[in-house]
Amino acid sequence: MTGTPLLSVRDLRTYFHTFSGVVKAVNGVSFDIGAGEVMGLVGESGGGKSVVGFSILGLIDPPGRIEGGAILLDGIDLVGATEDRLRDVRGCDISMVFQDPMTSLNPLHTVGRQMDEMLRLHTDLDAHARKRACIHMLESVGISRAAERLGAYPHQFSGGMRQRVVIAIALLAGPRLIIADEPTTALDVTIQSQILKLMRRQIAERGASMILITHDLAVVSEMADHITVLYCGKVVERGLTRDVIRRPAHPYTRGLIDSIPNPHDRQKRLRQIPGSVPDIRNLPTGCNFHERCPRAQTICATAEPELAPQRDGLHAACHFPLMEGEPA
Amino acid sequence: MTAMLEVRDLEQKFPIGGGIIDRLRFDKGRLRIENKVVHAVNGVSFSIAKGEVMALVGESGCGKSTVAKTIARIYKPTSGEIRVDGQDIAALAPREMLPVRAKMQMIFQDPFASLNPRQKVRDIVAEPLLEQTMGRAAKSEVADLTLALLARVGLNAEHAGRYPHQFSGGQRQRIGIARALSVNPGLIIADEPVSALDVSIQAQILNLMMDLKDEFGLAYLFISHDLSVVHHIADRVGVMYLGFMVENAPRDTLFAAPRHPYTRALLSAAPSIEDKRGVAEIELTGEVPSALSLPSGCCFRTRCPFAWGRCATERPALQSVGDHHTVACHLIDEPQRDRT
Repeated sequence: MTGTPLLSVRDLRTYFHTFSGVVKAVNGVSFDIGAGEVMGLVGESGGGKSVVGFSILGLIDPPGRIEGGAILLDGIDLVGATEDRLRDVRGCDISMVFQDPMTSLNPLHTVGRQMDEMLRLHTDLDAHARKRACIHMLESVGISRAAERLGAYPHQFSGGMRQRVVIAIALLAGPRLIIADEPTTALDVTIQSQILKLMRRQIAERGASMILITHDLAVVSEMADHITVLYCGKVVERGLTRDVIRRPAHPYTRGLIDSIPNPHDRQKRLRQIPGSVPDIRNLPTGCNFHERCPRAQTICATAEPELAPQRDGLHAACHFPLMEGEPA
Repeated sequence: MTAMLEVRDLEQKFPIGGGIIDRLRFDKGRLRIENKVVHAVNGVSFSIAKGEVMALVGESGCGKSTVAKTIARIYKPTSGEIRVDGQDIAALAPREMLPVRAKMQMIFQDPFASLNPRQKVRDIVAEPLLEQTMGRAAKSEVADLTLALLARVGLNAEHAGRYPHQFSGGQRQRIGIARALSVNPGLIIADEPVSALDVSIQAQILNLMMDLKDEFGLAYLFISHDLSVVHHIADRVGVMYLGFMVENAPRDTLFAAPRHPYTRALLSAAPSIEDKRGVAEIELTGEVPSALSLPSGCCFRTRCPFAWGRCATERPALQSVGDHHTVACHLIDEPQRDRT
């Protein structure tokens, strides 16, 4: 990465003010994405990964609020930007692919109209050119008879085809960053592999960057250049994909990887992380992970570890990071 | 020894209604009302020995959950035999199913929908037992057993008086497991028991299920779409596609040397954190055809990279290709057409 990164998130804090307390869904998250990079944002439910994605696009509604931090696109802060400015950013600079292709398209409008909207808002093309662009885009995401399909409604497409349409819409205005929130979780494995290949190719051809939000470490390890692991709204580890997957420094990352059954190293019992994710309104003192951590010492319950450089260029927030190859 | 479960030529077809206008068709100059049928399961056979874990894998719509629910007799099969511990239950009336349910219990996918929100945990767990004994069991005995079961699945006495909404997804799945165990069954049908759970919780539940299997000598019919989970837990794997069993093999054989093109595609498509070593990649195009009108011949031919004329005319039967390994594919007869 050279010069200014495309997107730089600094100490982002997004809180939800509910009747039962303040939910600190994202609590001091920082990362950078350079042009052409794919970053995987992983973690379990409640980790705050989707809220990071929504925060970047300014899609946090009350009772949620971005309490602090900065989201710098080309060095210009999006936090506190006007709605007009954000509308220019959405679709044009940054676009989003949502998890559920069943609900992210409007069932009352044809696919063509929903695609056209993107170009009408973000380009000066005339109707004819817009239609040509839509047909071309549908073809490039692998939908045959594209000209006819423009007149079809979302319910006339299968799940995999709908997700292709959603991706086509996301790519139409030529965004430089795509935020994909669990783009293949709702799809079958053979369709998933088609969609992932499609996304990888489209991103590489356009030189765009991507934030891939997922709970699936296997998907991330096949797609991402580097990985950021979230736990209870905080970054616990980040580094190059290969290093994070092969030799993580944080016990939580290690636990996640070990929880996946490994066909090459079949054991009678899976190594499991004990307990479950704590209630985010009522987090433990010190390190959020210490109650589930096999390495926890007294300091872990009192002092919160900072994200600090570790071996192999990894960053981890842990008082007792793992040595290379050491089990959790 | 009789198998714990033996399924033969199981078929399950669901007529779909819809308005009469939608079903009207012109046929040779006459107006007809068409009966549409979903061919969910089309002649599936397999058996599970006592203490064995059989997994059914496949993509959504392949009929694996329908097989599970039909065996549990939530559905009545269209035809075929279902033998539980030797007894054919395919045609039993609901009331006659009661003694069978003491041998066979089910764990469901969604731990949020499968527990009654208005019952306390102790009542949920005790219900199958009370049902079996027609409510004549001694209260104190049932209470003791309930607590013992909860303890066995990792919950404690304090949890017994709570309601389902007070538990996390993983804990609810534990309650579902305790309920299934309460009548001491020999067979547990588990329909995607871990797919709604986070990966760290998934490992806990899989470990628990494996421990219980050893302790109680359970056989599982394990339905899953996740191949890494199946590889971990199963002794034997059946691969389903569009309501047909296309391949059935012992786990190690299936993962090391899959024969059916669909199985091979499924294995190569599954993302993995490991480097994929020596997996010949078969990439599928297109999507699963509708179960309303099955393709002629082989069910997989519309997506199969090797399909030729014979596949459209002749439906391949399951044939043996080795030790307990059966495959339904014409490539077995004509291996020269396999171009990988």
